[in-house]
Amino acid sequence: MTELAILGDFVSAFEFIFESRESRAGTVQVGGLEEFGQLTLTHLQLSFVSLAIAVAIAVPIGIYLGHLGRFQFLAVSISNVGRAVPVLALIAFFIAFVGVGFTNVALVLVLLAIPPILTNAYVGTAQVDPDTVDSARGMGFSEAQVLTRIELPIALPTIFGGIRTSAVNVVATATIAPYANVETLGIPIINFNVYGGTGQLAAAIVVALITLACDAGLGGVQRAVTPKGLKLAANPSGAPKRRLFGLIPRRSVQPS
Amino acid sequence: MSADLPLAQVPEGFFTERDPEDLDCVAQGGFCPDWILENFDRYVDPFFQHVYLTVVSLAIGFAIAFALGLLAHRQRWLTGPLTAITSILFTIPSIALFLLLLPLTGRGNTTALIALVAYTQLIIFRNVTNGLRQVPSDIVDAAGGMGLTPMQTLLRVEVPMALPEILAGLRIAASTTVGLATLAFFAGAGGLGAEIESQINFKSNVVVAGGLAVLLAAALDLAVLGLQRALMPWRRAVAA
Repeated sequence: MTELAILGDFVSAFEFIFESRESRAGTVQVGGLEEFGQLTLTHLQLSFVSLAIAVAIAVPIGIYLGHLGRFQFLAVSISNVGRAVPVLALIAFFIAFVGVGFTNVALVLVLLAIPPILTNAYVGTAQVDPDTVDSARGMGFSEAQVLTRIELPIALPTIFGGIRTSAVNVVATATIAPYANVETLGIPIINFNVYGGTGQLAAAIVVALITLACDAGLGGVQRAVTPKGLKLAANPSGAPKRRLFGLIPRRSVQPS
Repeated sequence: MSADLPLAQVPEGFFTERDPEDLDCVAQGGFCPDWILENFDRYVDPFFQHVYLTVVSLAIGFAIAFALGLLAHRQRWLTGPLTAITSILFTIPSIALFLLLLPLTGRGNTTALIALVAYTQLIIFRNVTNGLRQVPSDIVDAAGGMGLTPMQTLLRVEVPMALPEILAGLRIAASTTVGLATLAFFAGAGGLGAEIESQINFKSNVVVAGGLAVLLAAALDLAVLGLQRALMPWRRAVAA
């Protein structure tokens, strides 16, 4: 009996995504594909803009610092500090001190996305075998060539690992953007009085699916940018790995 | 008759001693040190609820992930599936997971704890298996040569050798859990997040509740470091 009731909750949550219905107070129509489509679109726009800015800032700095091999403490401890600050507090802080709106939320998400990308770009570049770099120099590579043709390709999988972590974080955190008046998929979650438990559950399902898709998609990109030589080094026999669990490669994620 | 009834008690000086500037500050939702000092006690219960959520889920999460880590170390084929499952759990946003659990476990601490425990799994599990794998094989061989059974080798040699890595995982899990617990109010479990959310535009409120969460994360971090020193007297604690 209770099992059926639980199942029913999830079934009606799915219905909520596709068909609109009256709000709890019966005053407006809520749910349905049109509303969820609009919320999802804003959600993705906000996430994409924030992630793109964070990548543009953090990747060059991380690679440069990693190339120099200095400021390790800075590059690594930034992400440790970032983890300790709750995102809700960060957003609330911005709402209270800076203001609401798309730009402000995007700024928070950029701040949130930078640490994993910066750390991974740093670590990826700094971990390149010094002997490899030396032999490239010995072959007459210029400093710029060492960076673009040796260090960068070897670091790419790690860099994309950082981007993947941040993408998942940003999509997850964009859920609380409605507190700052940006209408993302958090709207049905936060406005319980209008959307009810079914609307909350429906939005939670959509958010969860988007993050899982995002993670899987960027995981595919991460594998695609891994240089052939590195793949061979990790798996010298060249035999294909078992598919099922090979789909989910190791990475450093951070729950959000 | 009515003259005998006492009027509602008002603290002495209530009408006279309030600083008008202070009232203004609160009305504007500003950062008001006086208000904070006066109202600090309203954060005590949410703070301890937050501590409860964090510490209990870390303890349960560590017990499960540590056991799974030992199991996966003995049965290597389990490592892949367990990593895959914990990775997926880890990727689902916490708000979504809290809400997805509501139909199953209802509003309250149980739902919050289940989700928070789920998020500790990947971090601790991965650090336990990595730590155990990095123990030099010479040392394991030597233990075997001295007549230790595989179980004794695991518990007396490999686990102590892997402790720095294992506890580094616990530290990461601790600060992560403090942050995630601020969203536990979506599961109806209160905590500091509920305070932040209740007056999200009021600067004093946001600073105090958010600040307490950061302090809690720092305190837990130091506590695990202390534990590390206590458990490994033969070795100075290394920063994670």
